[in-house]
Amino acid sequence: MYQYDHYDQRLVDERVAQFRDQTRRFLAGELSEDEFRPLRLRNGLYIQKYAPMLRISIPYGLLSSTQLRKLAHIGRKYDRGYGHFTTRQNIQFNWPRLEDVPDILAELATVQMHAIQTSGNCIRNITADHFAGIAADEIIDPLPYSELVRQWASFHPEFAYLPRKFKIALSGSATDRAATLVHDIGVHALRDDAGEIGFRILVGGGLGRTPVIGHVIREFLPREEILNYLDAILRVYNRFGRRDNMYKARVKILVKEMTLDVFTHHVETEWQRVRGGPATVPDEEIERISSFFAAPPYERLNGDDAGFRAAVADNRAFANWVKRNVFPHKVPGYAAVTLSLKKTGVPPGDATSDQMDAVADLADAYSFGEIRVSHEQNLIFAHVRQAALLALWGELKGLGFATPNIGLLTDIICCPGGDFCSLANAKSIPIAEAIQRRFDDLDYLHDIGEINLNISGCMNACGHHHIGNIGVLGVDKNGAEWYQVSIGGDQGEHASLGKVIGPSFAAREMPDVVAGLLDTYIERREADEPFIDTVRRIGIEPFKERVYAAAH
Amino acid sequence: MPLLTKDRTVVEDRWTLLPDTAALADITAAPTIAPLALWLAARDALAAHADIGVWLKPADDPDALAADVARLPLIAVDFPRFGDGRGYSSARLLREKYRFGGELRAIGEILRDQLYYLRQCGFDTFALAPGRNVAEALVAFDDFSDNYQATVAQPLPLFRRRLQAASPGGSPASTESSGRSVS
Repeated sequence: MYQYDHYDQRLVDERVAQFRDQTRRFLAGELSEDEFRPLRLRNGLYIQKYAPMLRISIPYGLLSSTQLRKLAHIGRKYDRGYGHFTTRQNIQFNWPRLEDVPDILAELATVQMHAIQTSGNCIRNITADHFAGIAADEIIDPLPYSELVRQWASFHPEFAYLPRKFKIALSGSATDRAATLVHDIGVHALRDDAGEIGFRILVGGGLGRTPVIGHVIREFLPREEILNYLDAILRVYNRFGRRDNMYKARVKILVKEMTLDVFTHHVETEWQRVRGGPATVPDEEIERISSFFAAPPYERLNGDDAGFRAAVADNRAFANWVKRNVFPHKVPGYAAVTLSLKKTGVPPGDATSDQMDAVADLADAYSFGEIRVSHEQNLIFAHVRQAALLALWGELKGLGFATPNIGLLTDIICCPGGDFCSLANAKSIPIAEAIQRRFDDLDYLHDIGEINLNISGCMNACGHHHIGNIGVLGVDKNGAEWYQVSIGGDQGEHASLGKVIGPSFAAREMPDVVAGLLDTYIERREADEPFIDTVRRIGIEPFKERVYAAAH
Repeated sequence: MPLLTKDRTVVEDRWTLLPDTAALADITAAPTIAPLALWLAARDALAAHADIGVWLKPADDPDALAADVARLPLIAVDFPRFGDGRGYSSARLLREKYRFGGELRAIGEILRDQLYYLRQCGFDTFALAPGRNVAEALVAFDDFSDNYQATVAQPLPLFRRRLQAASPGGSPASTESSGRSVS
């Protein structure tokens, strides 16, 4: 993974000093709450319901074991011994003290980490495919370009005060595992007919109050032009994005109001002006950054491991886990393992400090000391020998991270919701737990197969409810918590937005509602058709009828 | 109101800033910064005035001054709220697209925490918001020692300077050879 040089380290150290001084001035009364808010926000510090919440950046979801141990230590020393991994591959701590935050940032800086631009109206953490570099369907590894874009986005002087937050995601595979179609900018690394590396650029996707699937603004951008083109898009957005209404300030609204044609014209004109300029990326720089993402020293193995295949044949529980939580690797004899942070009874995405330390040790033993965070809020060991999978499975079971539910109903994406977040209309964690408890039969879950259920506690959509095959949105009705259900949403390269099935439900009704949706699917599915395909084929009406008939 | 310069000095402000509603009759012999609307309405009359500058609101298009940049000694960009970042792009366009070479001034709600970024985007002078600590603000120009991006103040992005530092003999990249076009 990328290693800071003295330039990178100095900038992060200077940020720590700057934020320490900002905090001091605020506590001394020299900065008003209104003045301090945007400064602390761009450092990931929210004032939440019960305490500040600190969001720490995990660029493109990649962590070393040393960094994970530092996060464990921070959870223990400054928080309540746990952290929450987010849908943007970051981690949040929910209970730090404001006056401790400068010290936390200083500790993070010692392991090349920070909280820069993890919130606020600026360019947020750059996210990417969590199987980058190892997926068989990969065209280009997006991680070197993700780091290039991370550096460009960090402290960009012109774009520090945008109309609203701005999210960029990169993918380099045929399959989109980074939700690039619902980001302000999605970047697809690919090759043109001549074999040259470049990018397809999408703009104006997003969730929140007005969900939109991103539009292709350029089919092929030469790779050296990536930063010039991003500058052009951001400049058009910074100048023309609405600032009169925060709910209409995202770039997706600008694209809609301006029309895609006019927006594209502005961007392309600006790009032509800056094209070939100083921000054009030389091959040497791409090579420099790429060298940090070189493959780890894999053993030369001849195809699938015989012992592993035998264990799969002999041990049904192990086979179930392999089926759901093990992803094929492009290098023979290796696999990627997803650690499920979706055990029933634990808030989705949460891990304790002790678990983080244990995961760091396992990463050292099994996966070259590297850990990844997925936007589905799970952790990944990307480079495990097949021969070691059985032993690793045993270790993960002991940790509570071996639930064989990746991609299944109980692998729920869920925001912190009303238990923690001051924006939320309703709680989301108890809904996730109630659904996980109701559907805890593994055979049933495996029979239902691929399905994703996403829960957001408010329309800001941190739980990505719009792109859940089943989406649940917490709403407020006269001070009471209700839940609106949509179906037919999907992430990936065929991303779609779910349709609301009707009036919202009380919390206690939610497991029955999900049961009604699943029963309808089981009755109407054809062959191996997954839930989303059935919804697309027969529409939402049959699901709706079943659910509302049962409720009355 | 204290006026800071990018050279970390505090200077006397000899310019009078006219409000948005000002009319031609409000112009005196003293150096005056007129709102863009007034400049556009009375450009010929004002151009005879030796010391006339123009100020832009966040939504004003710098293109309106494309023909005037050579003769204007000063352009100011207003930040009515410090969270409104449009003026950063206005400044870069004035410098990089229209090649404005005079004094570029940031006015409005200018707080110390913006100074580094404003300086990078091409501002020379900064009218600090009233009641702010001048000595502390002067220190803020050094909040960061460097930045990754190509900016007005540092036209070579960090990656080009890194590469140059790594290969002392060669010059792998320079702005001169990059064929940057000015439209």
